Amino acid sequence: MRTRVNDFAIKLANVNGTGSASANGLLMQAIFRMGIPVSGKNLFPSNIQGLPTWYEIRVNHKGYTARALDYDLMVAMNSQTYGKDIREVREGGYLLYDSTWPLDPALMQVRDDVNFLGVPFAQLCNESFREPRERILMKNIAYAGTLVAILNVDIDVVTALLDQKYAAKKALRESNHRALRLGYDYAKDHFECPLPFHLETMDANSDKILIDGNTATALGCVYAGATVAAWYPITPSTGALDAFKMFCEEYRHDKETGKKNYMIIQAEDELAAIGMVIGASWMGARAFTSTAGPGISLMNELLGLAYYAEIPAVVIDVQRVGPSTGMPTRTQQGDVMECAYASHGDTKHICLYPANPNEAFHFAPKAFDLAERFQTPVFLLTDLDIGMNDWVVPRLTWDDSYQPDRGRVLNAEDLAKIPKFQRFTNEDENYIAARTLPGVDPKGSFFTRGSGHNKYGGYTETPDEYREVMDRLLLKHKAAAKFAPEPVIIRRPDPQFGVITLGGCDLAVREALDLLAERGVVADFMRVRAFPFHDDVEAFLAEHDFCFVVEQNRDAQLRSLLTLETGVAKEKLRSILKYGGFPLSATHVINGILGSLGVPDPQAQELAPTAAGAEQQMEE
Amino acid sequence: MPSINKPIATHPSLQKNELGLTIRDYEGGMSTLCAGCGHDSITAAIVRALWELSITPHMVAKLSGIGCSSKTPAYFVNGAHGFNSAHGRMPPIATGANAANHDLIYVGISGDGDSLSIGLGHMCHAIRRNVRMVYVIENNGVYGLTKGQFSASADVGSKSKKGEANNMAPIDPVMLGLSIGATFVARSFSGDKEQLVPILKAAVAHRGFAIVDVISPCVTFNDHSGSTKSYLYTRQHELKATETDFVAPASEILAHIGQNGAVNVAMHDGSVIRFKGVPRDYDPTNREKVVAYLEEHQGNGEVVTGLLYVDEKAPNIHEMNDTCDVPLTRVPFEKLCPGAETLARLQEDYR
Repeated sequence: MRTRVNDFAIKLANVNGTGSASANGLLMQAIFRMGIPVSGKNLFPSNIQGLPTWYEIRVNHKGYTARALDYDLMVAMNSQTYGKDIREVREGGYLLYDSTWPLDPALMQVRDDVNFLGVPFAQLCNESFREPRERILMKNIAYAGTLVAILNVDIDVVTALLDQKYAAKKALRESNHRALRLGYDYAKDHFECPLPFHLETMDANSDKILIDGNTATALGCVYAGATVAAWYPITPSTGALDAFKMFCEEYRHDKETGKKNYMIIQAEDELAAIGMVIGASWMGARAFTSTAGPGISLMNELLGLAYYAEIPAVVIDVQRVGPSTGMPTRTQQGDVMECAYASHGDTKHICLYPANPNEAFHFAPKAFDLAERFQTPVFLLTDLDIGMNDWVVPRLTWDDSYQPDRGRVLNAEDLAKIPKFQRFTNEDENYIAARTLPGVDPKGSFFTRGSGHNKYGGYTETPDEYREVMDRLLLKHKAAAKFAPEPVIIRRPDPQFGVITLGGCDLAVREALDLLAERGVVADFMRVRAFPFHDDVEAFLAEHDFCFVVEQNRDAQLRSLLTLETGVAKEKLRSILKYGGFPLSATHVINGILGSLGVPDPQAQELAPTAAGAEQQMEE
Repeated sequence: MPSINKPIATHPSLQKNELGLTIRDYEGGMSTLCAGCGHDSITAAIVRALWELSITPHMVAKLSGIGCSSKTPAYFVNGAHGFNSAHGRMPPIATGANAANHDLIYVGISGDGDSLSIGLGHMCHAIRRNVRMVYVIENNGVYGLTKGQFSASADVGSKSKKGEANNMAPIDPVMLGLSIGATFVARSFSGDKEQLVPILKAAVAHRGFAIVDVISPCVTFNDHSGSTKSYLYTRQHELKATETDFVAPASEILAHIGQNGAVNVAMHDGSVIRFKGVPRDYDPTNREKVVAYLEEHQGNGEVVTGLLYVDEKAPNIHEMNDTCDVPLTRVPFEKLCPGAETLARLQEDYR
């Protein structure tokens, strides 16, 4: 095998609940600190302990860090899944296993093209540690030590990370160092280190951070000035509220009194969570909830109320696999349609689709600005992959001149100038009528209702009066397009078609288009970042003979939304759909596009020899 | 009464409260409920209580869910901010509003369908959170707007207008509230304004969640013989367990103390609830005794009314949270946003 530096993928097969996550995270962080573009994807079960779980690390000096499907090295630490794991190793690749117990010879025959590296991790740990739990936990650090040796991870970086992590826990620190050396020394003594594919220090990460999307989103909410958060625990969004709480405890206690200038309410269910957000927003606070698809289903009722009564609300939807309970620990973009039209009757909402944690951070204040400006619910749709995995993204920046856009809110002074306040009259060029906040001024009092109302806010059952309000709401929604984030468009000379995508598909699609361009299949790229659609979206659709729409759901929801909400002809949009629950890979996109174009492509095969089969295996 | 049209001009002899407002200033729009509806009497009691307390109208937030009862916020305190929300969802909306701005007086109006069926969970959790609000349940045992179905408060054996008997055990908001830590529990009767007004005033003064369950007969669907929520049945079976006076902060307690002995409960704002008459062995601050009393008398088919239980010590939602004194809606943005420098610094933890 020829030498490959900073361009490979490894997969770690573990048992859930055995402490592997900290070892895997340690490796990921060490590679990040070595300045190498890297991604880590946790493919975990909906389980606390005992079921198989996988972690994938991809390094790529060019910055292509979407999920890889072909693994140069399988770290097979779960004997229950040996059979499956071994099939996913790339031809000529390696499999690292615990040789305390012999590997089934039949397994080795399945893949005579794979190199087997055995390290007696259990035996080494049993000899070195006394406590049963410690023996299990330290096995993880021991395999990390072996990987440090065979992949040429900078051991100084790793030891520094351990020192930092266990700065206050001496015993644990020493155990970790000892375990690391066990695996490291064994590898150095028994294998030729490093392997042909390995790491070399780079300098690609000096302006980057390693952060998950839930944390970044929560931080964005803190910076946006959110004071009320109401939520109901649900995977994969729980981390967002955990992080919000953590940041508030750090930055939101009043300096003089020590009291909280926020309130986090763990609601009895999602119906209540959105109700609390609506109540707080009605009062004028910046309030949000964080949930996943099942939560949005429950919130539908009150989302319609917020839409119709024109009350701001920010809803973070960390999408997971539906329908129903679906697969709570798997990723999908399955809530695109649900969020766009949530609730009964005619409703349309503003939706933002960040691609990564950095964008999620920046879209959070944007979501509050839009919600208050347009007096309506705004969805921030991330997904499990963005929300729960650590991503290498540009450092977050903040402009201290930012002031929240509170929208059209009349204060006592404004009210004094008008003869009478009537809630839904006197709209501006964006069809937004000014609102008042309770308790501010007697003149601003009005009656908020979800029942039929006329433009004065009064109860009505009269068709024309009802319609007048509903028609303005439609225009208001359209007007939001120019205030929402515009699409990201990357053009190439003489494109044959366009490729449209959204959210976390970004990296995989861009990588795919680069690789396709190298072999003469040239396409323009557009990542939609918001609904209602910006004019640029319509223009992009118009300027291409046809476009592929790449998304992670079965029913081509973005494609549906585009055909419903733009003038594009349905036939112009071809779908590439990946919805089994694992993050998208460039290979999926390349195969999808070439397959649809009818291009026989031997190179695609070469690009990923075992990829398609592997994914099928995993997803079935 | 808000159920009749009144002239715009008010009579100069109308009494004024501390704010110089007459009771007319606390009225709302014309009621669209049936003539004789118990709910209109409750509306009138709310108007009187808020007027007597000299509450600034625009500092009142009146909220409701859906149902006949939930229409009534439109019929009192026109100058208040109103929110007629969705069926059963008023408690969370009030909770969120209160979280954001604790300066307002929150008055939630609900019914037995709204609170004891579709919104039961929400009400229970608002009780647990001890959200500072007056929570009135206009309880008539029946769904009015959908024409006469039993509600969850219908007693076993109570007959519908069509003669059908209810077989399922009722949910009693008073006993329920007491079992989950409610800090203010009262039951009254829409036909007894004398009793209801002081209870409502005490509820406004209470530091937490005040449940006021008011038997409020539905004249159209549940006022017939065989119903246990009719005017006649309630009058025949009512047992006034307590009599209360509400004494505003600056006033002197002058009223005569009844022979059954009096219990004074000091409210956090300096006002006092004076229990003029309570039965022997009854202590409105002792949950176990209250529960025992209720079980004994309700078991006999009596409708026990009065301000039944007060716990003025339990912390409310903001005290539990240790929220800042300024309402969250008024905390300046500069205090909320940690700024660019902090952002740069905190990201060192993400390296």
